[in-house]
Amino acid sequence: MSTATQIPFVEYLRLEPTPHLVANECTSCGARYFDRRNACAACFATDFSPVDIPTEGVVRSFSIITFAAPGVEVPFVAAVIDCGGTSVRANIINCPPDPEHVSLGMNVRLATTVVGTDSAGVEAVNYGFEPA
Amino acid sequence: MSRSDDIWILGIHMTKFGKHPNLDVVDLGAEAIQGALADAGITMADIGVLAAGNLLGSGSIAQQLQKQVGQTGIPAYNVSNACATGATALRTAIMAVKAGEVDMGLAVGVEKLAGAGLLGAGGRAKADNDEWERNGRFGAVGPVDGRIGTESMPGVFAQIGMEYGHKYGGADFELFAKISEKNHAHSTLNPLAAYNKAMSLEQIMNDVMIAYPNTRPMCSANCDGAAAAVVINGEKLKTLSLEQQRRAVKVSASILTSDPWQEACQVLPDVNTLTRSAAHQAYEQAGVGPQDLNLVELHDCFATAELVHYDNLMLCDEGGAVDFFESGAAHRDGRLPVNVSGGLQSKGHPISATGIANIWEVCQHVRGEAGDRQIEGAKVGLAHVIGLASACGVHILERSAA
Repeated sequence: MSTATQIPFVEYLRLEPTPHLVANECTSCGARYFDRRNACAACFATDFSPVDIPTEGVVRSFSIITFAAPGVEVPFVAAVIDCGGTSVRANIINCPPDPEHVSLGMNVRLATTVVGTDSAGVEAVNYGFEPA
Repeated sequence: MSRSDDIWILGIHMTKFGKHPNLDVVDLGAEAIQGALADAGITMADIGVLAAGNLLGSGSIAQQLQKQVGQTGIPAYNVSNACATGATALRTAIMAVKAGEVDMGLAVGVEKLAGAGLLGAGGRAKADNDEWERNGRFGAVGPVDGRIGTESMPGVFAQIGMEYGHKYGGADFELFAKISEKNHAHSTLNPLAAYNKAMSLEQIMNDVMIAYPNTRPMCSANCDGAAAAVVINGEKLKTLSLEQQRRAVKVSASILTSDPWQEACQVLPDVNTLTRSAAHQAYEQAGVGPQDLNLVELHDCFATAELVHYDNLMLCDEGGAVDFFESGAAHRDGRLPVNVSGGLQSKGHPISATGIANIWEVCQHVRGEAGDRQIEGAKVGLAHVIGLASACGVHILERSAA
């Protein structure tokens, strides 16, 4: 097992006990968000509680990106995953990026990948979804 | 409704879209303004308010334009609303006229985009820090574009079209390419389009893939261009010449919406709900329905976007966009021609100009002045524009009864 310290690429990704996403759920109306909130865009309430998002889902939409901003590796598959009713933005990983291997309605599960290591030896770990 | 609540387009002008290496944004904007004023038969002295949009320039485009075409001390608004900037400028002028503060207003949108690359794709350089540091509202230690989905416009709108396919079926690469084939065919009749060459389905499908299923000709064309419009209230219009009254085009509806909260709207922009809402309000305001329209100019920033807006604008039954297109309805000889200008895919998309240029196109037809591409007998048309994330403008325009 690697001894390198790992941190999640984004705050809404938790690596322990197993990798999963955590949304901010509005305690008033149940709307879910992945970013830092000032208030709920749906009902304007200001109280949120963390909620674990299922790690399995279905591809609701995707695009295979062949032209992107400098520094972005192409091609890659950008997608929206329906995880038990909560939509999640992610790349489809561990899968050839072509229309023969990626399809609408495909079952996928959360997977992680190391993005890089900083000068202190800390690895940043990102998430994606792979074919289930 | 009193006479003064009626809003009319008295004059409108669109420059040639394409490459204008020898004209700057002020030249292009001034050309559009002077064209619209000449079309209206008035001068800057008659204008009570100016609203101007230009996204990629140096700012204060309204005042820069005034310094060239006429500084009369009127209120000038610089507006910015992504790809809906032109429609927003027009709304701003209309609101001032409707409020009774002025009799006539001028709106202009202008952009220099020729040669610009991929738009909306993050473009943030990776931080050069030694140690990971969290930034932004996701607390990310690096750029999320490309690592957690995409922020590129072709990719976002590809997903919007694919999502429709997932929901209703029938929307595949070939169907989207056929939509593009239609618009490129339409553009051959439009001398002001940036590109006016027909393209075969094979050419379109085999061109460079940008973001599956959008190939290059299925993406809006970056180009230079400007468009401007003069709006006037009905009472003032009555005082003008019969010829001005005859050519004036009635703005039966002018609506601007933003996106209401929906479950996934902060994950993938929801261009559907706000468009449907704007269309609903517009049909109600105008007292017409989609069946009354003779033509539609809608925001086909990508072939994948055009499909969903057939549905959002209620040109077909819910879920019926694929059938609507396959029936041939959207072709210029079809039941309800869509994007006879060639659309953004071939006419071009100089961002801030687009929301007025689509209105110019509809005006040409309802005035019977569209030349070779005239939709015979056109009386009512709808112009739609979307900016992320998100603004939607819908205008319904009708031929003058005078």
